[in-house]
Amino acid sequence: MPSLGADMEAGTLQEWLVAPGDTVTRGDVIAVVETDKSAVEVECFESGTVGRLLVAPGTRVPVGAPLALIEAAGRETAARDRAAAPVEQPAAPRPRKAGQEAAPVPQPPVVHAEAGPLVRHLADERGVDLTAVHGSGPGGRITRADVEGTAHEGGRRPRATPYARRLAAELRVDLGTVRGTGRDGAVRGTDVRKAAHLRAGPAPAAAETAAPSAPARAPLPVPGRAGAAEPAAAAMRRAIGDLMSRANREIPHYYLATTIDMSAALAWLRARNRELPVGERMLPAALLLKAVATAAVEVPGLNGFWQDGGFVPGRGVHLGFVVSLRNGGLAAPVVRDADSLAPARLMTRLKDLVERARRGRLRGTEITGGTLTVSSLGDQGVEAVYGVIYPPQVALVGFGAVLERPWADHGMIGVRPVVTATLSADHRASDGAVGARFLNAVDRLLQKPENL
Amino acid sequence: MDETEARTAVEEAITRVVPGADLTGLEPDAPFRDALELDSLDFLSFVETLSERTGLRIDEEDYPRLTALRDATEFLVARA
Repeated sequence: MPSLGADMEAGTLQEWLVAPGDTVTRGDVIAVVETDKSAVEVECFESGTVGRLLVAPGTRVPVGAPLALIEAAGRETAARDRAAAPVEQPAAPRPRKAGQEAAPVPQPPVVHAEAGPLVRHLADERGVDLTAVHGSGPGGRITRADVEGTAHEGGRRPRATPYARRLAAELRVDLGTVRGTGRDGAVRGTDVRKAAHLRAGPAPAAAETAAPSAPARAPLPVPGRAGAAEPAAAAMRRAIGDLMSRANREIPHYYLATTIDMSAALAWLRARNRELPVGERMLPAALLLKAVATAAVEVPGLNGFWQDGGFVPGRGVHLGFVVSLRNGGLAAPVVRDADSLAPARLMTRLKDLVERARRGRLRGTEITGGTLTVSSLGDQGVEAVYGVIYPPQVALVGFGAVLERPWADHGMIGVRPVVTATLSADHRASDGAVGARFLNAVDRLLQKPENL
Repeated sequence: MDETEARTAVEEAITRVVPGADLTGLEPDAPFRDALELDSLDFLSFVETLSERTGLRIDEEDYPRLTALRDATEFLVARA
């Protein structure tokens, strides 16, 4: 049972996505674990063959307990040691003893999928079209049982070209309902486009013919555990409470704030967004995150961890950002190497992570290893956020709403859009001067959005 | 697009962003963004879905007209 956060003590194995005998590769999602906060996809850090599953679904086990045995190259390796390693704050660069293996470098998260790679593999084997399978797992995830059930019912995979298949997935078209015009009635790319066009068209009749065909894609189910909303919410409240109490008890916070003129950033965004379809438009949040990530490179003293009585700089800037969940509580998914991503790419990651955070579909490696966290409460209309640091990190950056305010510049008063940026920092790791340099860097970077 | 179709498109776009949202309790003129606690990312997804589904171009300047059910419906009818 991996540690999926500094505050996690135990987790409930919700579902196995692999079975004994399956071949697994590092980075594959092999199980779903329910923590006090959310359902998380757990990835495998080892390649090999699944030997034995040691924990039955529904069982709550402490962090560090072995979940499964993975046989690598003929010998059994306890999953506990390597596969789902019980690392505290996994990717954190805990000072390592000589000869000790480096922390597993998490795989770059794979594009969002409704089913894990192994379930997809199974579907492929059984000839089941996943778009036609109703997912019964958390958040509508498709499980092995769903695929097996469908295969049993005889839900065959429609004939289609690989291109058509990919296109259908992108356009969210159910291949089973598309009339194929290719050889032997195989669905071709043009057929999919036609179907997508019909569906998107304003004619309600066309929309209706498409609608019932895609039950698995239709309105996404309520995230996670709607049925058990009460206890889950209470457990999350307690988990947040424990972690934040610890932060407040152990970390001597200091707080800084500055007001940043956002005219340049907003003008740049407006001009850019005007030419783009909605799906590619960027929000100010993407620029704010990029500015924070770049500033963290310039002022490295705030990016990293407080561990064993000392500051350990982060290897790379992995930016966590706080997402409030609809049924209450928080998640803090992490954008890895945020400093090296163009703002547009950061925006895409942000959208993807927030969407999946709300549906309980984040992976273990996506909620751990953050080196600095950003909390933006702008959408709630408040001006400033003075946050509590997420241990073992040493700083938290807060942004309030972008608001119009009187602004004096060169002896003239004008109205400008401004945002209040705050910094909560660990006084054991840095002093106010470092924090001030950091906030000033964020300000300066936001004045030249085209360079971000 | 008539009013019923436009209204359906708006409701479906909201439901896609907030699965299980209870739309029956929404006042036609109340800002649903507040009522359903949509943040700016949610709102962007809402506009994206609406634009894809109706095939209409929706600019950032139009966003203020998309904050309540009645306004959004009227906007779509006028724009289509």
